[in-house]
Amino acid sequence: MVTAAQEKLPGKLIAVEGLDGSGKSTQIHLVHQWLKSKGYRVFFTEWNSSSLVKEATRKGKKRQLLTPTTFSLIHATDFADRYERQMLPLLRAGYIVLCDRYMFTSFARDGVRGCDEGWLRRMYGFARVPDITFFFRLPLEMALGRILEGRPQLKYFEAGMDLGLSADITESFRIFQGRVLDQYLAMVQEYGFTVMDATLSVHAQQKLVRKVIQDRLDLALYHKRFFP
Amino acid sequence: MSPQRFYNIWPPGVDPGKLTGALIVIEGPDSSGRSTHIGLLTQWLEEQGYAVAQVGLKRSNLVAAELEKAKQGNILSPRTLSLFYATDFYDQLENQIIPALRAGFVVLADRYIYTLMARDIVRGAEPPWVESVYAMAPVPDAVFYLMVSSKTLVDRTFQAHAELDYWESGMDCGLSRDWFQSFLRYQRKIRQEFVRMQNKYGFEVVNANRSIPALDADLKGRIQQVLARTEKT
Repeated sequence: MVTAAQEKLPGKLIAVEGLDGSGKSTQIHLVHQWLKSKGYRVFFTEWNSSSLVKEATRKGKKRQLLTPTTFSLIHATDFADRYERQMLPLLRAGYIVLCDRYMFTSFARDGVRGCDEGWLRRMYGFARVPDITFFFRLPLEMALGRILEGRPQLKYFEAGMDLGLSADITESFRIFQGRVLDQYLAMVQEYGFTVMDATLSVHAQQKLVRKVIQDRLDLALYHKRFFP
Repeated sequence: MSPQRFYNIWPPGVDPGKLTGALIVIEGPDSSGRSTHIGLLTQWLEEQGYAVAQVGLKRSNLVAAELEKAKQGNILSPRTLSLFYATDFYDQLENQIIPALRAGFVVLADRYIYTLMARDIVRGAEPPWVESVYAMAPVPDAVFYLMVSSKTLVDRTFQAHAELDYWESGMDCGLSRDWFQSFLRYQRKIRQEFVRMQNKYGFEVVNANRSIPALDADLKGRIQQVLARTEKT
């Protein structure tokens, strides 16, 4: 039986992954602007953004009510909502769907939090593997530097404080991000990530990203059929 | 009491060897008498010196309010609703059920993962996917499924509410435009799913068409045996 995660769909799915501070959001934003300006059917969605689930996530994070399991489930709920109401219908309609973070974010972060690898992968079993997953690889120290100099107010869960790695939030963040990076690197082969050198300039990276997309997708198929 | 078993894996940070309480699940549709009997059982168990904790669905601090709101709007996809319920379940599992089992309580659960799985499967979810989501649930020491005929169910529902509940009638499933027909078909499908799960999970099916005292005596007799069995090991 071919599940929805495996069936061939007219649309294409492109995801970006990487550590906080790796520049992936900037890159996917530029891809979105580029495809829109060329008149392609394109849609952008980001991790943890479904309005329905947002309130519960916000509350849970603020009051530190979340355990690794519920933290993971609440993000999966958010993902399922966006996936089934937006991503999948748009893929069926022949859109290019751009995702700022995808299930790999859960595999990496929740894996570090101790969630069972098999449990996570089966839970996200309904989601297709993207046609292209860009992984923005940056040495740990550089990623930490970008975040720590630009935004010194670290958030509790973002810094992995729930893991009790260190009482010092900055130190906890360093350790947590290091472990997340290891998880990502272990997935490169398994999911065929396209690894990008995130130490290059934004412009240089974007040129490479666009080239990969042009080479791998037949963009002509995604021109808008109607112009409003 | 015996250490708790889990269906597949246990949640991060939980030592199953330290869960010494007993987990007893009462399953059944609305109006099958679940809450009445849980009330009677609680009183009886406490009289005998057992500490009792009651748990149920959609009661977590984390998402219960959001879940209720989302259901009013009826715009969640079935899978989103499944995962929302799973979040609620695990929140209660980790914050109420597991601490109570660790403290040696008898936990009476007003429905459990089986209702959640049956609802999802009736709505088209793949059984292996649903089972994998709930793989970290503790295996109960006993599950009693209160089986009620459609006729009794309809009588009791109308006596209590004079109207049928949207979700308990499966009105989101497109079974019939007629509310009453939809209720009957939906409840039949749920019942069929429970029968299918019965073999796999070893439920005790209890005839709940009887009077409150008759069913109460039956349940107490069965629970007495469960407690005798779990205390011996």
